[in-house]
Amino acid sequence: MIHETSYTAIIVFLIFAGSVLGISFYLGRRAKSASGYFAAGGSIHWAVNGIAFAGDYLSAASFLGICGMIAFYGYDGFLYSIGYLAGWIVALFIVAEPLKRLGRFTFADALDNKFNSRGIKLAAAISTLVVSCFYLIPQMVGAGALVQPLLGFPHYVGVLVVGAIVTVIVATAGMVSTTWVQFIKGGILVILCGVITVMILMRGVTTKPTTAGGEQVKVFRHGILPAEITDAPGAVVLPEEGIWRNTPYLRVRDAAGVVSVYRKDGGKLSETQVSRVRPDGKRFVNGLPRGKGEGEADLLPVGYASKLPGGVEKTGPQGPFEFLRTMQQSEVVLWRSDRFAEANGGTTTVYYQQPASGSDFMAPGSSPTFQKVRSAKFFDKLDFLSLMLALFCGTASLPHILIRYYTVKDQISARKSTVVGIGAIGCFYVLTLFLGLGAMTSGALDVSDSNMAAPLLARSMSELLFAVISAVAFTTVLGTVSGLIMAASGAVAHDLMCNVLKIPMDEFRKVAAAKVAAICVGALAIFLGILFAKMNVNFLVGWAFNIAASANLPALIMLLFWKRTTRQGITSAIIVGMVSSLAWILLSAQAYKDVYGWNPADAIVPFSQPAIVTIPLGFLVLVAVSLITSRNADQPAPATAQ
Amino acid sequence: MDFKTPVQKEHEDAAVIAHNSRIGLALFAVYSAIYAGFMILSAFWPQLMSEPFLGGVNLAVIYGFGLIASALVVALIYVKLCRKF
Repeated sequence: MIHETSYTAIIVFLIFAGSVLGISFYLGRRAKSASGYFAAGGSIHWAVNGIAFAGDYLSAASFLGICGMIAFYGYDGFLYSIGYLAGWIVALFIVAEPLKRLGRFTFADALDNKFNSRGIKLAAAISTLVVSCFYLIPQMVGAGALVQPLLGFPHYVGVLVVGAIVTVIVATAGMVSTTWVQFIKGGILVILCGVITVMILMRGVTTKPTTAGGEQVKVFRHGILPAEITDAPGAVVLPEEGIWRNTPYLRVRDAAGVVSVYRKDGGKLSETQVSRVRPDGKRFVNGLPRGKGEGEADLLPVGYASKLPGGVEKTGPQGPFEFLRTMQQSEVVLWRSDRFAEANGGTTTVYYQQPASGSDFMAPGSSPTFQKVRSAKFFDKLDFLSLMLALFCGTASLPHILIRYYTVKDQISARKSTVVGIGAIGCFYVLTLFLGLGAMTSGALDVSDSNMAAPLLARSMSELLFAVISAVAFTTVLGTVSGLIMAASGAVAHDLMCNVLKIPMDEFRKVAAAKVAAICVGALAIFLGILFAKMNVNFLVGWAFNIAASANLPALIMLLFWKRTTRQGITSAIIVGMVSSLAWILLSAQAYKDVYGWNPADAIVPFSQPAIVTIPLGFLVLVAVSLITSRNADQPAPATAQ
Repeated sequence: MDFKTPVQKEHEDAAVIAHNSRIGLALFAVYSAIYAGFMILSAFWPQLMSEPFLGGVNLAVIYGFGLIASALVVALIYVKLCRKF
């Protein structure tokens, strides 16, 4: 779909980015020491830190990915919301306070507190880097996906702009400004989502949606009797040849020479939208050149109910529960796609209608990601359980969340700020269900891009709201990316250079090293963001959670709760957890399909989400290695102190 | 060591830490059980999740909201029960 460039959005975005940079420079002048740079001098108020947690955590994937997934598939997107929030319970009850007690600047510090071992520092630093990078990819991809339709720039420009701004933020000021950026963004995001939710409820659900300007959105026909199409004067049914052989599609050329594609379903036909990319890169929609002008066509926005309870055309304003009940009793036209590769190198994508009843899409298992929970096979269900486990365990292992515990002054503040964080994040995740379902029936969905569901929902209400929500989405990316780059630069400068390589550095040089590291990681993130442009954003985040949970959680938990843990045990648990989960992901059906373009049936591992195997594996390795090494040396290993 | 920055040592009392972490673990067990219940219901009885449960809204939505709300509730209970010093 071609989205018109919104100048309001550009102006609002510039104001946002400008104020964020301004704050960053202003506060950056005050952060000169290492403690100031890495941990904001432990000076951040717990309430601010709590909202900053929300800003840090509610990434582009949360905001754009979950809304998009709910808008396209229903309840399944909400499963991510539930898992992402539940993870905070692990953070609060198990990890927060001990971590605050043990560490000073980074996650590796805390792990290494007892042992002072280079092995642990190295392993923890590498795992921080790997998880940060994996988590950075979806953020950067999300940034590109936003810029493209919004400002009319290509994907890589979006990635470059966001990467550059964030790197400047982190390199100038460190944790203080990063915290304030996240505080502002987290606060605005939650409030704005609340406003949109109220507007969704005021609008209610309709079978005939209109745009913000009052124009009627096209309602596509389905359940058409074939004779009506094929017997029309001048209509010619085209033969099933090339990519169309053995497909459920019927191509009909009408009297004017325009070819339409219909999907055959149970003896009836339904209208589709077809997008084709020729080998030379030229794009066509429904047989016409893609564009907005005369003789051109573009994919049309969709998203409306086809049947409402009581047979009404629109419900009018509703309460929150009434809205959910209505969705459950309605039938909504969802859109799916079929992609065909042509022999000459072009591709054709058919977007087709799939009316779905609320009782189906309002329960787990309606999306491709989770549909296996409805399968009868036990093995299929493991994929779902494994992902939910990874989300539960992953939050407390994310390096950019962990470092936020060092910005407050004591354990009580750490505890309180987590509770504020849970409150803000919980509110947001409850709202995602309304936003997603609102987008599903907004009449503004782009069939080709689920990531745009939330901004387009806002556009269906007002242009200004669209501008603000797009700007907030940008700042969302900025906030999360700056937190991640911060964590990664800390891992490089503090853990790797200073503690592992033993490069002698004073305060000033260490901060300088961290800034150089931030620029390098920023550049790497830009590169990866461009490389992975086509990947599903939310899925990548799920993987990052898997790796984080597998690599870091066993080490963290056992260090805190098992007295016989040894440094070798911790080092090997981190390495085994990281390598095994990474390898599992790279060998999974999903990677075969989305990353390499191979046949997913050939994948070596039985399901795509490793956590259910690799987290217990990490614990096992830790216990085994600890038992072996503690027998060899009954006393704790001598500290390699300087 | 590596840093010259003085790090303020918190006032730590072993009994307070033990008390708080015991409460933390107990509440963690409670929440984990609720979360596990949700996972198992979704995985093995998806049909049950799609049936209307409360006011016409199905169990999946109610349980989901419940999980989010109960996270905040157990967190507040924890803050209330924790000893400060």
